[in-house]
Amino acid sequence: MSELIRVENLHKTYHMGDVEVPALRGIDLTIDRGEFVAVMGSSGSGKSTFMNILGCLDRPTTGKYFLEGEEVGSLSADEWAQIRNKRIGFVFQGFNLLSRTTALENVELPMMYNGFHGKERHQRAVEVLSLVGLENRRDHTPNRLSGGQQQRVAIARALVNRPSLILADEPTGNLDTTTSEEIMALFQTLNAEQGITVILVTHEFDIAAHAKRQIHFRDGLVISDKGVDQVVCRTES
Amino acid sequence: MQWLMTLRIALRALARNKLRAFLTMLGIIIGVGAVIAMVAIGEGAKSAIRAQIASLGTNVLIVLPGSNSQGGVRFGTGNVNTLVDADARAMVQELRSVSFASPVLRRPEQVIAGNLNWGTLAQGVAPEFQQIRDWQVAEGRFLHEGDMDSAAKVAVIGQTVATQLFGNDNPVDAVIRIRNIPFRVVGLLVAKGQTGQGTDQDDTVMIPYTTMQKRLMRITWVQSIVVKAVSAERVQEAQEQISSLLRQRHRIGQDREDDFNVRNLSDIAEAASTTARVMAVLLGSVASISLLVGGIGIMNIMLVSVTERTREIGIRMAVGARSRDIMLQFLVEAVVMAATGGLIGIFLGIGSSEVLKEWAQWPTLISPTIVAIAFLFSGAVGVFFGFYPAKKAANLDPIEALRYE
Repeated sequence: MSELIRVENLHKTYHMGDVEVPALRGIDLTIDRGEFVAVMGSSGSGKSTFMNILGCLDRPTTGKYFLEGEEVGSLSADEWAQIRNKRIGFVFQGFNLLSRTTALENVELPMMYNGFHGKERHQRAVEVLSLVGLENRRDHTPNRLSGGQQQRVAIARALVNRPSLILADEPTGNLDTTTSEEIMALFQTLNAEQGITVILVTHEFDIAAHAKRQIHFRDGLVISDKGVDQVVCRTES
Repeated sequence: MQWLMTLRIALRALARNKLRAFLTMLGIIIGVGAVIAMVAIGEGAKSAIRAQIASLGTNVLIVLPGSNSQGGVRFGTGNVNTLVDADARAMVQELRSVSFASPVLRRPEQVIAGNLNWGTLAQGVAPEFQQIRDWQVAEGRFLHEGDMDSAAKVAVIGQTVATQLFGNDNPVDAVIRIRNIPFRVVGLLVAKGQTGQGTDQDDTVMIPYTTMQKRLMRITWVQSIVVKAVSAERVQEAQEQISSLLRQRHRIGQDREDDFNVRNLSDIAEAASTTARVMAVLLGSVASISLLVGGIGIMNIMLVSVTERTREIGIRMAVGARSRDIMLQFLVEAVVMAATGGLIGIFLGIGSSEVLKEWAQWPTLISPTIVAIAFLFSGAVGVFFGFYPAKKAANLDPIEALRYE
């Protein structure tokens, strides 16, 4: 499989007043197209910082980030916005839907920033809403949807511009076990059937178990990087 | 991002806080309304003043005999006897910019009626003088053309003279004597009051100019000619045409100075319209301050709105909105508020100035220019005061904005 993401010697240091806080201390990773990766680690391990950099929301202090072979770490803010719009879909723990805006309009939102027009936009939004099984909830506002349904809307929104990569930051953190399983099943389907690369952050082992590959962070470094088989072996043993 | 959609987002955001949007707009509504009403009052006053000035005779020109110089000695104005009544007739006949012209001769005279006498100003004038100076006749008639031809011994008297000589009696058909010549009073003029210089305009006796020339002064020339131009705008044109006509009639060579002077009252008109302009500017600037305050209100509420919607901004940025998309969104919102307020303000301003006109009998004049300016200005207020909050929104860090609670 071809390479989707490559990071080389990624460092990120935050400045809190005079104190320098290192969040990432040299990450080297390659993620191929079609992978399903779980990023794990305790809070403060640097996994969120890593995801922000992958999502073109934050700049590495040093190091290089290649997305689909292109060095994107040094692009302009507007170019990043384009990448976030077309090539990356975000799913958040807190769903981050626009309140008082219908499910359909929430899904349409990313298409408003790349010149899709009325009818085309509408059709595509309906299409992805049915993909996540919410075609009959399209006129509901988020406060009339359950947590699981809201996260499905968020996933639909992430999918609407046909990105090659979905970044999910604790997507099941606010959901109960059953709903979490449904959401994970949805991610697996998307990964298996549409070949979308999924990278998700979680600290739950059974959620991470859905992924084919698990990367553990600690103190800004990768401490383990395993295929799913090994993890399954370990949990069974 | 398309304009129409941006507009729709803005309208929806405003609709979510209808009361707040309305209160914010109220500042602009009052500001624009005040500007339009105040300027309408100012303009109304200006045109009322202009009309009054016109009634004093802004389109009136006075032609005086010029100065004469002999061997380097230059005499003052009026020292030559070059003007004749034919000059006045020629002006009316030949110049399209001139509507009326009348010769004028003046001299203080003692007027006697019965056992009373009164010193007043005798004026020899033509019938056109009535139109030129806007004299109204209270009793009887004004002088007419027949009086001129026959140098009739008839007089029209002012209110002051009538009161002094006849008390409250009707003076028409009474006889007054000037230099022992009996004149029959044919008309009584409506009182005009004082001039700006304190001269009582009603203290006068008017007789045909021909009678004045032949019987009282024994001269053939006239002291001055008053001329009314067809409109205030054509005074300048009339002045130039009169000059060239008189040069031609008086056969003045190219290299020689005029033997007459043409004067107008535009100085007075200018002073009055300057006063009116100052008033309009004053009213307008006071009203503009309220528009400014309205703009500050918009800025305030936009800043609140940006803070409240930090998370929304973060979401939009995460899904691909560029800084300028966010900026445009908030800017459009501010402009929509300001422009809507401006539009309502225009109706309010026009309405209130109409009400003022109807009920308070206050002259108001709405100029389309000021309406357009007020509307554009309210839009500009939206851009100006919306810019900083919009910039602030656009410069938010998406990560920070997404974390914002």
